[in-house]
Amino acid sequence: MTTMAADDAMRTRLPKLLPVLIAFALLAAFPAFGSTFYVDLVGKIMIYSIFAMSLELLVGQTGLVSFGHAAFFGIGAYAVAMVTAKVDAASLWLVVVVAVLASAAYALVVGALSLRTKGVYFIMITLAFAQMAFFVFHDTSFGGGSDGIYLYYKPALTLGSLVLVDFDKGRAMYFGTLACLVATFAFLAVLLRSRYGRALAGIKANEQRMRAAGFATYPYKLGAFVLGAMIASLAGVLFAMKDGVVNPELLVWNQSGAVLLMIILGGLGHLRGAMLGALMFTVLQEVYQSEALFGSFSKHWQLMLGLTIIAFVATMPRGLIGLFGKRAKKEAP
Amino acid sequence: MSDILLVATGVSRHFGGLKAVDDVSVTLTRGELHAVIGTNGAGKSTLVNVLSGEIPITTGAITLLGHDATRWTQPRRSRAGLGRSYQRNTIFPQFTVFENCRLTAQARWPKVWDWWTPTSRCADSREAALRAIERAGLMPVVQRLAGTLSHGQKRQLEIAMCLATDPQVLLLDEPLAGMGAEETERMLALLGELKDGHAVLLIEHDMDAVFRVADRITVMVNGRVIASDTPAAVRASPAVQLAYLGDEFVA
Amino acid sequence: MDFPTFLIQCLNAVQYGLLLFLVASGLTLIFGIMGVINLAHGSFYMLGAYLAYGLAPLVERYLGGGFFTTLALGVVLAIAFGYLLEWVFFSYLYEREHLQQVLMTYGLILVFEELRSILVGDEVHGVATPDWLSGSFPLSEVMTYPVYRLFISVVCAIVAIALWAVMTKTRLGMRIRAGATNREMVQALGIPIRFLYRVVFAIGVGLAALAGLVAAPVSSVYPGMGSQVLIICFVVVVIGGIGSIRGAFVAALLVGLVDTFGKVLFPSLAGMLIYLLMAAMLLWKPEGLFKAG
Repeated sequence: MTTMAADDAMRTRLPKLLPVLIAFALLAAFPAFGSTFYVDLVGKIMIYSIFAMSLELLVGQTGLVSFGHAAFFGIGAYAVAMVTAKVDAASLWLVVVVAVLASAAYALVVGALSLRTKGVYFIMITLAFAQMAFFVFHDTSFGGGSDGIYLYYKPALTLGSLVLVDFDKGRAMYFGTLACLVATFAFLAVLLRSRYGRALAGIKANEQRMRAAGFATYPYKLGAFVLGAMIASLAGVLFAMKDGVVNPELLVWNQSGAVLLMIILGGLGHLRGAMLGALMFTVLQEVYQSEALFGSFSKHWQLMLGLTIIAFVATMPRGLIGLFGKRAKKEAP
Repeated sequence: MSDILLVATGVSRHFGGLKAVDDVSVTLTRGELHAVIGTNGAGKSTLVNVLSGEIPITTGAITLLGHDATRWTQPRRSRAGLGRSYQRNTIFPQFTVFENCRLTAQARWPKVWDWWTPTSRCADSREAALRAIERAGLMPVVQRLAGTLSHGQKRQLEIAMCLATDPQVLLLDEPLAGMGAEETERMLALLGELKDGHAVLLIEHDMDAVFRVADRITVMVNGRVIASDTPAAVRASPAVQLAYLGDEFVA
Repeated sequence: MDFPTFLIQCLNAVQYGLLLFLVASGLTLIFGIMGVINLAHGSFYMLGAYLAYGLAPLVERYLGGGFFTTLALGVVLAIAFGYLLEWVFFSYLYEREHLQQVLMTYGLILVFEELRSILVGDEVHGVATPDWLSGSFPLSEVMTYPVYRLFISVVCAIVAIALWAVMTKTRLGMRIRAGATNREMVQALGIPIRFLYRVVFAIGVGLAALAGLVAAPVSSVYPGMGSQVLIICFVVVVIGGIGSIRGAFVAALLVGLVDTFGKVLFPSLAGMLIYLLMAAMLLWKPEGLFKAG
C-alpha cells in the first residue's frame, strides 16, 4: 500500500511538473536572446505570477474569494519605498522582513474579522478593507499621499557592509525575480501536498464535513489568508524595485480584480494556472493597449478587457488549463 | 471505563416558535445499537445535528464520555470520539476513496503548521484510512474516484469516512437511504459488526432493517419521544401503533 | 460644536444616509431575491447622475424644461435600461457561482466606465440646481442650510416609505418576499418568477439611478463616482444584513452619521471611519443587524 500510494503520486506529478520546469529553464535563458523591452515585460509577468499564485492559495485551494488582495501587494511595495532612505540603498533583508511582517499583521486583522463570515459577505468585506488600506496611503501623510513615493535607490542584497547583489546592474533584477518565482512555486507546491494543504483542499470541497471529522477549520483558513498576504507582499516588493515608484493605485480594486481574473483565466485550482493566467492577462493588456493595433481607440482598452472577461468567464469557467487537461478529469459527477 | 458513552438529557432545540426537538433524552451504550424512528419531520435529523454539535442546543445537557459536552463545538466533539454520517452524501467526489478516508482520518493528527510533510508519507492517517476502508468493504475500489462509485458504495464510503476518525460513538443518519436489496444486506451486516466496540445511534425509515439490528428503539413524533424500549415492546406499544396508524408495523 | 453647526451636520448625515439607502436597498434586494452579487450596481448610480447632466438640456429644449420632468424621465429610462439589462445579461448569472458573478459584473463595470468615457468624456460636470430649490433655509442668525439638500432628503424619505409600503402592503411585495425564501413554491403557484426577477432588478436600478439623479447638483458628475458609492454600499449591506431592507435603512443612516460627524471630529481619519465601524460590527454581529426579508 505504501509503495502504491507513493507511486501513484509520482505518476500524476511528473507530467504536470515537466512543463513548469521547462518554462523555468526557458525563462532563465530568455535574457540571452530577448530585447530589453521584452525582458522587462517578462519580468513583470513573473512578478504577477507570484502575485497570482498567492491568491490561488486563497481562492483556488481554500475556496476563499478575496476581492482585496491588492492591499497586501501594495503594502509590500510601500514597505520598500518607506524603508529606503533618500540617501542610500536599503538592505534587502530589512525590506523583505518589514514588507512581510506588515502585510502579515494587516492580514491577521482583516482575516480574523472577515473569516467570521462566508460567501458574499467575505467578498464584500475583503474589498472594503482593501479600500481602507487605500485610504491610508492616499489620504494620510503616512504614504506620501496620492502622488506616491519615488524609490531613489533599489535595495541591495548585503551581508554586513558587503554588497552581494546590486539590483541596478545588468540582469540582476530579472534573475532575482526568477529566483523568487521558482522559490514561491516550490514552496507552494510542497505546501499543497502537505497535511496542511490537503486540509485546505478538504475545506474548499466541504468545510462542514471537515468540521464534522474534527478539523477546527478557522486556523487553517486564517493561516492561508495570512500566508497568501505575505507572498503577495513579496510580489509587491519586487514590483516596487522594478518600477522605482509606488503609488496608491497599486491598492485599487482594479488591481484586486485583475489578479482574480488572472487565476480564472489560467484555471482555478492549479499553480500552473496562476502563472499561465498572469501571462495571458499581461499579453491581453499589452495587446489591447497597443496603439499599433487599435489606434486611438487603444485608450479605451478597458472596454475590450471587460468584454473579454465577460465572454471568457461565461464560456470557459475552467480557464485555459481546462483546455489542456482533458486527461485528468478530477471533477467526477 | 464506563460503557455509557453518550447521555443526552432533556435536549430541546427551538427555531423561533417551532419546537423541532422537545425534551428528548437518549443514552448510548457501547455494544448497543439504538435506533431512532419517526415520521417525516419528527425531528430525528435535528436531534442528530444537536448531538453532533452542528446546530446549537436550546436547552438540555449532553455528556460525552463522561465530560459535559453541551457547549463543545462540533470539531471538539468529533475529536473526543463522536462520529457521524450524513443522510445526503457528503463524500468528496473529486478525491479517491482512499483520499476521502485519509483526509477525515487526518483530523486526529491535525498538526496545523506542518507545511512540508507530503501526505504520502503520513503513515498515521494512511493506516487509519485503510483500516476504515477495509471495515466498510471498499478495498476493491480504494483507488477509484469517489464520484464514480455506485450509490450503495457511496453510502459505504460515507460510513468509512466516519470510521476513519476512530470514533467511539457513531451517529448514523439514514445510511440505507436509496439502497437496493443486496446493498442493504451488506450495510446491515456492517452495522451489526459495528456494534462491537462502539455505541451506535441509527436513524432509519426502513422498519424491517431497524427491527433486525436494533437493541433499543426510540420513537419520536413532532419532536417528542413517545416510546423508548426494546424492539418487541415498541412493536406492541399502542401509542406507537396509533402514531403510525398501523402501516409500517404489520407484524 | 454649537447647536446650528450640529444641526447642519445632522441634516447632512441624514441626507447622505438616505441617499445611500436608496442605492443600498437596490443592492440588497437584488442579492436577497436573486442571489446575485452585482459589482456594477454603483454604475447605476453613476447612470442617474449622468442622466441628470445629459437630460436637462434636452428637457429644456423639447419639453419646456422642468426639474421633475427630468427626474421622472431619468427614472423611467433607468428602469427600462434595468429591465433590458436583466433580460440580456443578469438572468444568465443566477445559476453561477459567486466568483463568476463577481468577475462578470466586474467586467461589466469596465464596460460601463469606458462607454461613459467614449460617449460623454472624462471631464467633471456640474448640474444646475433648479431655481425654485436654490435658496437657503435660515437656521439661526448667521447659519443657513441649502433648500436643495432638504429636498434630497425629502425625496429619498418618500421613496423609502413607498418602498416599505410596496414590500409589506402590496401583492407584488408579498410575491417578491416569497420569491426570496421559496423560489419553487412561487413558481408552482403559477407566478412567473422570471418576470418577477426582471421587475425587482429594474426597481433596483431605478432606485440607484434616482439617487444619482437627485444628488447630481450636489455631488457633481465625475468618473469613478460609481465605484466610490459601491464600496460604501457594501459596507452598508454588511452592517445591515444582506437581504434586509430594514437593515439597509438603519445601516445607511448609521454610516451617514459616522461618516459626516467623523469628518468633522476626526478629519485625519476621515475616509477610514466607516470601515472601522464595519470592523466593529464584524466583531459584534458578523451576520449583520437584521436577517433577510
